[in-house]
Amino acid sequence: MSKYTIEVSNLVKRYGNFEAVKGISFNVNKGEIFGFLGPNGAGKTTTVHILTTIIDKTSGDAYVCGYDVSKQKEKVRENIGIVFQDPSLDDRLTGYENLDFHAMIYGINKEYRRKRIKEALEMVELEDKADTLVMYYSGGMKRRLEIARGLLNQPEVLFLDEPTVGLDVQTRRHILDYIKALRDRYKMTIFLTTHYIEEADYLCDRIAIIDHGKIIALDTPENLKKSIGGDTLSLTLKHKSDIKIILNALSRLDVIEDVKVENNSIYLILKDASSNIVDIMNIAYNKNVAIEKVEIRRPSLEDVFIHYTGRSIREEEGSNLDRIRMRLRAGMR
Amino acid sequence: MNREFAAIYVLWLRALKRFIRSPSQIIGSVAMPLLFLIFLGLGFSNVKFPGLPSNLDYIDFLVPGILGMSMLFAATTAGISLLWDRQFGFLKEVMVAPVSRLSIMLGRTLGGVTTAFIQSIMLIIFSILIGFKIISVLGLIASFIFMLLIGLIFVSLGLIIASVMSDIQGFGLILNLLIFPLFFLSGALYPLNVLPKYVRYIVYLNPLTYGIDGIRGALINFSIFGETNDFIILLIVAAASLSIGAHAFSKAKIV
Ligand SMILES: Nc1ncnc2c1ncn2[C@@H]1O[C@H](COP(=O)(O)OP(=O)(O)OP(=O)(O)O)[C@@H](O)[C@H]1O
Ligand SMILES: [Mg+2]
Repeated sequence: MSKYTIEVSNLVKRYGNFEAVKGISFNVNKGEIFGFLGPNGAGKTTTVHILTTIIDKTSGDAYVCGYDVSKQKEKVRENIGIVFQDPSLDDRLTGYENLDFHAMIYGINKEYRRKRIKEALEMVELEDKADTLVMYYSGGMKRRLEIARGLLNQPEVLFLDEPTVGLDVQTRRHILDYIKALRDRYKMTIFLTTHYIEEADYLCDRIAIIDHGKIIALDTPENLKKSIGGDTLSLTLKHKSDIKIILNALSRLDVIEDVKVENNSIYLILKDASSNIVDIMNIAYNKNVAIEKVEIRRPSLEDVFIHYTGRSIREEEGSNLDRIRMRLRAGMR
Repeated sequence: MNREFAAIYVLWLRALKRFIRSPSQIIGSVAMPLLFLIFLGLGFSNVKFPGLPSNLDYIDFLVPGILGMSMLFAATTAGISLLWDRQFGFLKEVMVAPVSRLSIMLGRTLGGVTTAFIQSIMLIIFSILIGFKIISVLGLIASFIFMLLIGLIFVSLGLIIASVMSDIQGFGLILNLLIFPLFFLSGALYPLNVLPKYVRYIVYLNPLTYGIDGIRGALINFSIFGETNDFIILLIVAAASLSIGAHAFSKAKIV
């Protein structure tokens, strides 16, 4: 038996001539929250669908809980739960019925079922809509119901395909914290896809950055940020004329890797800004340079993404798409 | 509770709930058989078909045919509901569940058969109101068995075709091309012996023929092949179509 909960090697998915997933490999440990961060069309959903037996892979190997996702589908299904990216509710049933039917199919007994459903509905704040037909739910309410349903049975591995798309900030935070608690309480392994950088950063133990069907970086959020170089320390000077003086004085500090100047601001790139800041301020003080403002900026995951892909994850475009998706979701009956 | 039984029960219950909640669907699917019953029943009430016992009213001959039609239409409903489930994504939720594909297929089939059966009961009640005479309660119960068998066969057929098709328009087209010949070449509307010999061979290949013949035997005591033969033939065809259906369903695309 493998020591990983999810084990993927050289996984390929081809649609005709188009390769949606181009031979990716990664492992997920038990009890880990593992994130797939990537822009639209990166191949996130395709990977999730292969791992959850919804579609068949073209080549490569994938195991979930030690079971082959193409040869032991039933075994895999017994160990997983999933919140799909696209709608998957029956909208002519009530919210309660959707959850109840799910719980019954997953073999949860009657007493426990009622209790779990109540909890789940409270978590997503839909108690008062429990007996309304889902066709009368808003897009966000449907999404919350799907999340509640996915969390009803406690599987070994939970797949969440962009779970919080289109939800407001408060609800999102609420749900993310609940997911964390699930992991802590049940040692559940969680595979999450997202194109929200903060979400990946906040939740994930390790993140794979995926773009055009390839994993281009994989590590803890901390290490990913470190891997692309240091912090930025910016000094805004009172007098522009001081710039020359301070640049001269700083040139003997070898921790500074790069310097940029813009108007009366200096941007210093260094490994660890917080331990060097005292030295730098002392030098400025000794040279009588008046400083108006100091700021330390750590690299964000966004910077990491730009570093590896050469472009931003396009939050703007993404959220537009989300809005369209939400509208579709709300409109479907 | 055993998960497999739970899945069958849940999918059956879901079909019922959806059925009860959409009165327009109920009216829509009862309307067509009802119109056939009314207009043909009125129009041919005085026509004498050769080969029919002289004491048999045409309406009595027609009602079993219409009941067969109503069960036949379950094929379309069941197939379309599968395609809608794929379209709206609910199929993913069902197919990712840790239950055998056979249970899922059975649950859907039983759901489809049950709703069609409820419609047929409504048709029987209406028929009695317009003068249809039931001979015995036992016969009525026997006719239910034939109706359920017809339902099993054609719901499976609908699911098989829907499993391999992807678009709803195409499905509707193919099914109509199939359903109406099946209906007209089943002895539903007139006795088989009015048909030319070579057409009769097609009729003999049509499972609906034996279903309607069985219902007639049970309800009005007029059967060509004998109810036992009808029953055995239908049972075999139903078993075959269920297993083909289960196979097709397990290969069906989910997204
Ligand atoms: N059934 C299909 N046939 C052909 N191409 C497909 C199919 N499904 C997905 N693709 C293509 O595969 C690529 C990856 O799609 P996928 O849905 O995995 O992206 P994603 O990372 O989940 O994106 P998003 O953030 O938009 O959900 C896309 O270019 C998409 O067009
Ligand atoms: Mg996706």
